[in-house]
Amino acid sequence: MAATVTADQVEKVVYDALAEIGPSRDQLKREATFEELDVDSLDLAEVSQVVEEEFGVTLKGDDVENLKTVGDALDLILQRATS
Amino acid sequence: MSDAPGNGHPEGCALVTGASRGIGEAIATALAAEGWPVGVNFRSDEQGADRVVAAIEAAGGTAVAAPGDVTDPATADALFTQLEERFGPVLVLVNNAGTRADGLTVQMEDDAWQLVVDTNLSAAFRLTRRAVRTMTRQRFGRIINIASIVGPKANAGQANYAAAKAGLIGFTKTVAVEVARRGVTVNAVAPGLVDTELTEGIPSKFLEAIPARRAGTPEDVAACVRFLASDPAGYVTGTTLTVDGGLSA
Repeated sequence: MAATVTADQVEKVVYDALAEIGPSRDQLKREATFEELDVDSLDLAEVSQVVEEEFGVTLKGDDVENLKTVGDALDLILQRATS
Repeated sequence: MSDAPGNGHPEGCALVTGASRGIGEAIATALAAEGWPVGVNFRSDEQGADRVVAAIEAAGGTAVAAPGDVTDPATADALFTQLEERFGPVLVLVNNAGTRADGLTVQMEDDAWQLVVDTNLSAAFRLTRRAVRTMTRQRFGRIINIASIVGPKANAGQANYAAAKAGLIGFTKTVAVEVARRGVTVNAVAPGLVDTELTEGIPSKFLEAIPARRAGTPEDVAACVRFLASDPAGYVTGTTLTVDGGLSA
């Protein structure tokens, strides 16, 4: 399972989860910061739940705290999902 | 049922801890009357829980007995999973399970402290943590913590109980703030002297101090919970509703 996870799959799941929380689709790009998207720690906790359900990757509070951009999150999730 | 016309909330159910008798029983009965399928949690009183379930069903409601000792860290997930499989997400959580182990601080054993803090405070934390995961994503939730006027107010011989209940009120406020914008409310209800098994043996002189001149009933407390769990109470969060016949006024 884990080995088959692709960057595109991670991006789709994370973008879908974020879009449901608030940001519009056209705001969602790797360089976008969570601050400018108005995505806070509670939002990221919710995204973490979705990621856990989809990929079996657990993101703890400390992991999420250091994420600044959407790209940071995508990279971390992909790395955890494929390692 | 919970998806009946006029209800603005998603379909789901309610969980009441310590609901085999007393205040918990009255709360489970009231929420069932509101149309919520109810998980009637109990630790050891299976007969009591079965009786509560049967009474709810006889009145046209839906309920299931939900065994589990809330002081066991594994219980929260087991309870929620049981109810989710049967009724869908738990959208109302009432942290009611409580216990007493009274004594003056100078004589209180560690066990008495730990038991009361575990049951009355730590269990509420673990159940709430599990509950908000689902509630925030459903954009609806009602968490009601049964506190006490003891805590905000002193009561000699109950340092453990007072600490746990005051802690529960502090916990209520902070969680309320964390989840408010997801349509999830978190409130406490603080009963005064209520006529239940838990309060048996309390001297009658306390009744004289109550402006209403009577002990509260489990139904008095349940009425407050019923309101806080309702759709129209959606803007009430982080507060403590005191139901004590004026005792702490």
